[in-house]
Amino acid sequence: MDGAVPLFRMEGISKRYGGVRALEKAELSVTSGSIHAILGENGAGKSTLIKVMAGVVAPDEGAMTLDGREVSFASPAAANQAGIVCIFQELSLVPELSVADNIVISDPPTRFGMIDRKAQRRIAEEALARAGAADIHPLALVKDLPLSRRQMVEIAKALARKPRILILDEATSALAAADVAKIFAVLKRLRGEGLALLYISHRMNEIAELADQCTVFRNGRNVASYVAGSKSDNEVVELMIGREYSHIFPPKPVRLPATAAPVLEARNLSWTDRLDNVSLTVAAGEVVGLGGLDGQGQRELLLAFFGVLRGLSGEILIDGKPVAIASPAAARDDRIGMALIPEDRKTEGLMLPMTVRENLSFAALDRLSKGGIIDRAAEQRLIDDMVGLLAIKTAGLDIPVGALSGGNQQKVVIAKWLMRQPRIILLNDPTRGIDVGTKQELYQLMRKLADAGAAILFYSTDYDELIGCCDRVLVLYDGAVKRELVGAEITERALIASALNIHGGDATPRHGADA
Amino acid sequence: MKDWRYWLAEQRGTLLAFAIFIVMFAIYTANHPAGFTANVVQTASNKGVLLAFVAMAQTLVVITAGIDLSVGMIFTLTNCLASWLVIGTGLETALGVVAVLGTGLLCGAINGAIVIYGRLQPIVATIATGAVYFGIALLLRPFPGGSVNEDLADALTGRLFGVVPASLAALFAVVLIVWVPFSRSVLGRAAYAAGSSETAAYMSGVPIRRGKFAAYALAGLLAAIGGLFLTFFTYTGDAAYASGNAYTLFSIAAVVLGGVSLFGGKGSAIGAIFGALAFRTIGDLLFVFDFDPLWQPLFQGVILLIAVSLGAFALFRVRNRLEWFL
Repeated sequence: MDGAVPLFRMEGISKRYGGVRALEKAELSVTSGSIHAILGENGAGKSTLIKVMAGVVAPDEGAMTLDGREVSFASPAAANQAGIVCIFQELSLVPELSVADNIVISDPPTRFGMIDRKAQRRIAEEALARAGAADIHPLALVKDLPLSRRQMVEIAKALARKPRILILDEATSALAAADVAKIFAVLKRLRGEGLALLYISHRMNEIAELADQCTVFRNGRNVASYVAGSKSDNEVVELMIGREYSHIFPPKPVRLPATAAPVLEARNLSWTDRLDNVSLTVAAGEVVGLGGLDGQGQRELLLAFFGVLRGLSGEILIDGKPVAIASPAAARDDRIGMALIPEDRKTEGLMLPMTVRENLSFAALDRLSKGGIIDRAAEQRLIDDMVGLLAIKTAGLDIPVGALSGGNQQKVVIAKWLMRQPRIILLNDPTRGIDVGTKQELYQLMRKLADAGAAILFYSTDYDELIGCCDRVLVLYDGAVKRELVGAEITERALIASALNIHGGDATPRHGADA
Repeated sequence: MKDWRYWLAEQRGTLLAFAIFIVMFAIYTANHPAGFTANVVQTASNKGVLLAFVAMAQTLVVITAGIDLSVGMIFTLTNCLASWLVIGTGLETALGVVAVLGTGLLCGAINGAIVIYGRLQPIVATIATGAVYFGIALLLRPFPGGSVNEDLADALTGRLFGVVPASLAALFAVVLIVWVPFSRSVLGRAAYAAGSSETAAYMSGVPIRRGKFAAYALAGLLAAIGGLFLTFFTYTGDAAYASGNAYTLFSIAAVVLGGVSLFGGKGSAIGAIFGALAFRTIGDLLFVFDFDPLWQPLFQGVILLIAVSLGAFALFRVRNRLEWFL
């Protein structure tokens, strides 16, 4: 591919979100008639890169050229116009509209100013057929389709826009094996038709089958480009690793409390297609990590423990006794004593316009009140304790919690649950988007709580954290625990390899077994 | 092959509202001393179309996941304006009608501009503009009065060919001229898409702003058509605060009865029309069964509660409890 003139080129692209740099002078060239795979671990900058390409975010600096001419996209519509179409990981379908409506949504065929439904139907049927999904009825509402079918509609919708560059961001993550095979055939045909395809996936076997060219991203930079097949899986993992390891973690206890009786135990938990026979134990004093790629069922597992999911099969045991946890209110009850630090503090953790004081005492109001009246003095004492313990920096307790920095907001979320003195603490990626200093405090706090006897289950997308904080790590893949790493086995290499399911032998796609 | 099933699923709310209305109206006429006669239908039609127009207006805004609390006031304002302008020679009357409708369109456009470009919440923005519109109505008609071109009024409230109520025919015409083109246009689709998932619509390059703006502006126009008909029925203009507010609230009730989702993205103005007609028939039913009219609000409330409960069954199927709050 040396002589080929790139169809599209990105040079020196940088993008920051607040203090976090997502892209740092990133480069990428895309050639017509080839499939280009982008690799990198969580947070390496892949998503930001394609968002820049697709006109969703504007880069802080850098240039993009298409056909040798400099371009910039003010909106996704502008990128589409130029022939760059992206299938996003988060689906971009309108749920209440029909499949056909969605497929033509950016440019519906019209006659006399009205949408030509016959033409629309024809386009939709064609696009569905091209995507190998002719079994989907064009009149079905998107919200009634299962996720795997929606993903096929996404692909059909992208094809209907006649792209020159098609970006697939984890586009197969929700697909059944049969669909993956169809999509691969479609993608190869499109490559034959001269399209440039950009393929982002964590599934090494898919990349091995499809890609012509690979680029690895790390820390917002492209660190290597190579012809597909010229590097072994291990070499690729090596390229993906390599962040500077920072010594900000508290020491772990030398003696692993392996013999302690589990406080929290799961036996064969399954839920829809997101959780698959998960069994695990967490003992008092232990920090157990949940690893793996984003979206492999970790969040659902925590929600299952916290009584949010219905139709869960399997057993949850507290102190060795089976319990039915029907709601978060039941989970936080003293007999269970569970707390969940949610992923999205802005929607699930805090009431942003309400004051720091109110937010802090929400979860503990039942303990702080008598006959429905809040004991203000007791509330104040507990709040003072927590503000001191967590060193929450706030201009006052009566300002809106939304006015605090991200790190301090997260401390409020954690403090609010610590006020109940939980025995079991579930953390869902608690350090996302907060500064290093606060992160360090949180790691220390976690260890302190464990030493005081709490059982901690900690999901993180940051491998460093899992290595630095956890006594054990369970790596999830497709909703199942694929590997357990204990003590010194927890290395970045082992985490990435098992997250990609390389060591597991067969890296089968989702639903490989039942399709 | 199974096309009709999808069509049925899509129209379920509308068909349900239609069925509710037919059943109620059948009971009504069966028990009416005069029975099912052209006269009875004409009276019912004249009473029903006013709310039907306002409910159509509300539908357009609700589809975008907004709400318009000024529709009743636009209805009142245009009634007062019509009692000044829709009078005189044929040409003068025609110009008057155009002015009234234009005013409604303008009111709706102002709402749209404030909500979309000013980024205010629809509920607050339209309470405020509604108060302004009512204020203007009060300036126009401090006391009930005025007049209207009675030939036109009688023609539009009478019967066509001796059987079909003219007001019903007018409603049908408005559906054909305003609703059908809108719902099938790109802007209409944008309005639905914005109401269903604004993010997905944006990511797909849908003209969200124009779609929503068109919905608000046309809502004003439809409310003005309602106001015009009110003038034709009463021959006067009356800046009645309670009546304006009642129309706003009833329009929301009619929209819900008609299967339009208050969360946006789903439903049809035709459903809302049947919702409005059904809602109006409640009062008639009480009349034929000799209930005290004082029972009317209570019964309207009960019917509304039952209708809304039907839509809540889907919540039993949710498997992730967090989805209750989406």
